[in-house]
Amino acid sequence: MTLSGTRTAPGVQRDELPPKVVPTRHPLRWASTALVLLLLAMAANSLATNPAWDWGIVGQYLFAPSVLRAVGLTLELTGFGIVLGFALGTVLALMRLSPNRLLSSVAWGYVWLFRSVPLILQLLFWYNLALLYPRLSFGVPFGPGFFAVGTMDLIGPLTAAALGLALHQAAYAAEIVRGGLLSVDPGQRQAAAALGIPRVRRLFRIILPQAMRTIVPNAGNEIIGLVKGTSVVYIMALPELFYQVQVIYMRNGRVMALLLVAAVWYLVLTTVLSVVQYYVERHYGRGRS
Amino acid sequence: MTAMVELRDVHKHFGPLHVLRGVSLSVRQGEVAVILGPSGSGKSTLLRTINHLEKVESGTVEIEGELLGYRRSGDRLHELHEREILRQRTRIGFVFQNFNLFPHLTVRQNVAEAPLSAQKRSRAEVGILVTRLLDRVGLADKADAYPRTLSGGQQQRVAIARALALEPKVVLFDEPTSALDPELVGEVLEVMKDLARTGTTMLVVTHEIGFAREVADTVVFMDAGRILEQGPPSQILDDPLHERTRAFIGKVL
Repeated sequence: MTLSGTRTAPGVQRDELPPKVVPTRHPLRWASTALVLLLLAMAANSLATNPAWDWGIVGQYLFAPSVLRAVGLTLELTGFGIVLGFALGTVLALMRLSPNRLLSSVAWGYVWLFRSVPLILQLLFWYNLALLYPRLSFGVPFGPGFFAVGTMDLIGPLTAAALGLALHQAAYAAEIVRGGLLSVDPGQRQAAAALGIPRVRRLFRIILPQAMRTIVPNAGNEIIGLVKGTSVVYIMALPELFYQVQVIYMRNGRVMALLLVAAVWYLVLTTVLSVVQYYVERHYGRGRS
Repeated sequence: MTAMVELRDVHKHFGPLHVLRGVSLSVRQGEVAVILGPSGSGKSTLLRTINHLEKVESGTVEIEGELLGYRRSGDRLHELHEREILRQRTRIGFVFQNFNLFPHLTVRQNVAEAPLSAQKRSRAEVGILVTRLLDRVGLADKADAYPRTLSGGQQQRVAIARALALEPKVVLFDEPTSALDPELVGEVLEVMKDLARTGTTMLVVTHEIGFAREVADTVVFMDAGRILEQGPPSQILDDPLHERTRAFIGKVL
């Protein structure tokens, strides 16, 4: 034990200055910094000086009513996709973890199917559901129907898009929620059970809040993915952001400027979501540092 | 007088492993029973059958004469609904080796959770109870702290307060000091001794022979899924009947 060596021995070498520390030089680091700065300057210069970017047009269309309405629709589709997707996904995750083999197999099958078929194909499928089932009937299973409606009346393009996004999202959400539930220490479940806490309360008060620490970063990825993913519904001629800017540039030919308008809005939306995610993570991280 | 805890011929398998091979045990009200035995002897499993965290395969567990987990009608045992089992569990406190405090809840919330949600007691009443219990385990000043910020010994004392919050008939301790640094063991044992003095019925699985000698009314020695012998500490610890018991105690001391 020579810990005493770290203490200043009394009366010894008190007035001698400690040796000066010289940090290691990093010439390569300086060179790469200069290079990156140069590239950034070139990019900024080109953005500012190349007239083809059409910044004036970008500004003119950024807050145009038709663009704002399109942003609204994009948000609406994202909202539907996330809320319905994660609600169904949570149910699927619980089914998957159920000791009942049928329930867990059905959940597995759902995830397998909806994760395997491309989203764009699923959207077209829901859009064209009327080709399979022209009328939908509501009533007793295998028994008499009480009323029936035309599929086209019930599932318009907006419903088909929201439904398609939500069902596709649910498959991914199911796996994210399942991963989150599995990440919680089994001791937590036992402790809650041993205390006699009712099952539903156990899930919502004890298990899910802890699972959220794993769920939120992954869900954040998915939500941001979905904001951009809504752009595929342009094939259904729904005036969301991407479709709307296409309509406008087909008319006026300012392709780059309008693609920039869309890009700026996607950036804004995802940035806001990232900020929200930060606070949600902080909320569920309480008690851990 | 009926026993507080009564086990009759309890059997339990984990797959091919026969963990409990016909265990019968009776614990009176206010009695402290310490269960000793080598690891794998079925001590923890035995404890977990008493609050139905593990289902027994045959045999019965009774708390104050009430059959646990089942309802008897004629010669059949009907498994109870989860709601009934949860109600029965509120009469049994359980303290885990790894504390298992809820990390996202404060100390106060941890202790208050079960009386609020399992026993549906009023917030005001539970508030007073929690303050009293935290005071009892010496952690009144940590009520608003999160478990992560406490030492292992403090966490286990919170876990004991949490188990007591249900005002249980019996408290089960599953190696409560095994996960603790040696210098923190004492503070947890002190709290447990205090409980024993005030007449709490306790079943304690532990390797703390000193605790057994000082506090236990009965020492139970388990080996390979059976109770090999049981009796007052002086007899089991100093003059056991079985060579197996003598060898084990010789090693642990």
